[in-house]
Amino acid sequence: MWPAPKTRREMLGGCLGLLGTQACGQGREQTGKPATAGQSAGPSRVVVAREPALRSGGSADSKRLAALLDRAMQAFFGVDKPVEAWRRVVRPGQVVGLKVNCLAGKGASTHPILAEIICERLQEAGIRARDILIWDRLSDDLESAGFRIATGRDRIRVMGNDLLGYEDELTTWGSAGSLLAKALTQISDAVINLPVLKDHGIVGVTLALKNLFGAVHNPNKYHPNAGDPYVADVYMLPPIRRKVRLAICDAIDGQYEGGPSYMPQWSWPFNGLLVARDPVALDRTGWQIIEEERARRGMKPLREVGREPRWIRTAARHGIGADDPNRIERIEV
Amino acid sequence: MRRKIASPGVLLAVLVACRPAAFDPFPSGAEAAGWTKSRTRTFEASELWRYLNGDADRYLAAGIERTLTADYRHPQGAEAVVDVHVMSNGEAARRILESESAAGSQAIGVGEQGRSYGLSVIFRRERCLVRLTAYEDTAVARAALMELARAVDARLQRRRP
Repeated sequence: MWPAPKTRREMLGGCLGLLGTQACGQGREQTGKPATAGQSAGPSRVVVAREPALRSGGSADSKRLAALLDRAMQAFFGVDKPVEAWRRVVRPGQVVGLKVNCLAGKGASTHPILAEIICERLQEAGIRARDILIWDRLSDDLESAGFRIATGRDRIRVMGNDLLGYEDELTTWGSAGSLLAKALTQISDAVINLPVLKDHGIVGVTLALKNLFGAVHNPNKYHPNAGDPYVADVYMLPPIRRKVRLAICDAIDGQYEGGPSYMPQWSWPFNGLLVARDPVALDRTGWQIIEEERARRGMKPLREVGREPRWIRTAARHGIGADDPNRIERIEV
Repeated sequence: MRRKIASPGVLLAVLVACRPAAFDPFPSGAEAAGWTKSRTRTFEASELWRYLNGDADRYLAAGIERTLTADYRHPQGAEAVVDVHVMSNGEAARRILESESAAGSQAIGVGEQGRSYGLSVIFRRERCLVRLTAYEDTAVARAALMELARAVDARLQRRRP
């Protein structure tokens, strides 16, 4: 059973009731620290921010989306201004990589407008435009999702690993052995993970942990046994653990069946964002949201169709984060 | 009498002219109610994961030779993607189609078997499995997508892979 999610009011009240620097848990983490939420004693916070009136003419309205992102970030970090939240994630001088998910093209990929708003917020927090890189596996994928490739060094860059390259040496952990993308290893000091809320025909769901498949040269090797333990093992590769600071799941639209390709008949407007430092807690929460939608539509749970994402539990066992609902503080704003 | 021997250039031209045309299942604007084609790509089975990573496995398991994909734009603003999966045989195409949930769809008279979900159309014609996906939910987009599906099907009946 899942504990009842907290509202922002309850969460803020709880924070105000605590004194000292540990108030609001992860909200008081130091600037630029790698995500280690699963190893901390307190619960892993996941903010689920929703805005029913997010859309204008079918697509997300940029001002409302910006307001939703600000609300989510402030709630997650327990601060009054968005810039304060962003300063807890990155610091000026760092090169920040935004790992988007564009495999499915337009419709089931990270929305370019969300990436654009995050770039604005990063710049407000002191990151130079030229120190921001939006990246994914292939430039073709980025273009299919609506991004425009930009390689100039004096502005925000948008490039795929096909242009940026991979390391020559394998990095290994457990069952994973891959060449890592230079976008992760050499270019970015900090990575913000921007997955989408989506079903996956083999591994059950694809959210924060699996989005890092886009940082390795051989993701096609990691789908046997419904992705277990591969999804968890890939995330254990040291540069991934060290550099990914935050996950913001683009849940403007969700897909509860037929993924990872875009299937409009199995998509629904969730009108939200999920924010967490702990990718395991985010994936556990996102999985629950997808299961709830499947149940609403009369579909069987993923476990019954042989696609339970057991790798989430494996990731928790690896110490990446928390998958126990009692150790996840879900805050709805 | 002096015999005329064709030059190598002429022979090459004749050979090229006699070669079967490359399989192109994508209709032009004139064939498809104004839809204009932009980017087209082809992925052989061994490289399919580059296009459908995670989704490629079920096509590989069923037996696929290659996937051709094209982006389309309609004059009234709608955008669509057409994927033509060339399977090893008709049974493989049928298997993929029937493995997907039909809930919320309606049968259509396109291909040998087909369904429309509104913004998504899937049908099979011989060993080709075709999926069309539109991105804007408007009545115009839904109607235009069906026109595009019929145009692809008409092509597949004239040009086989």
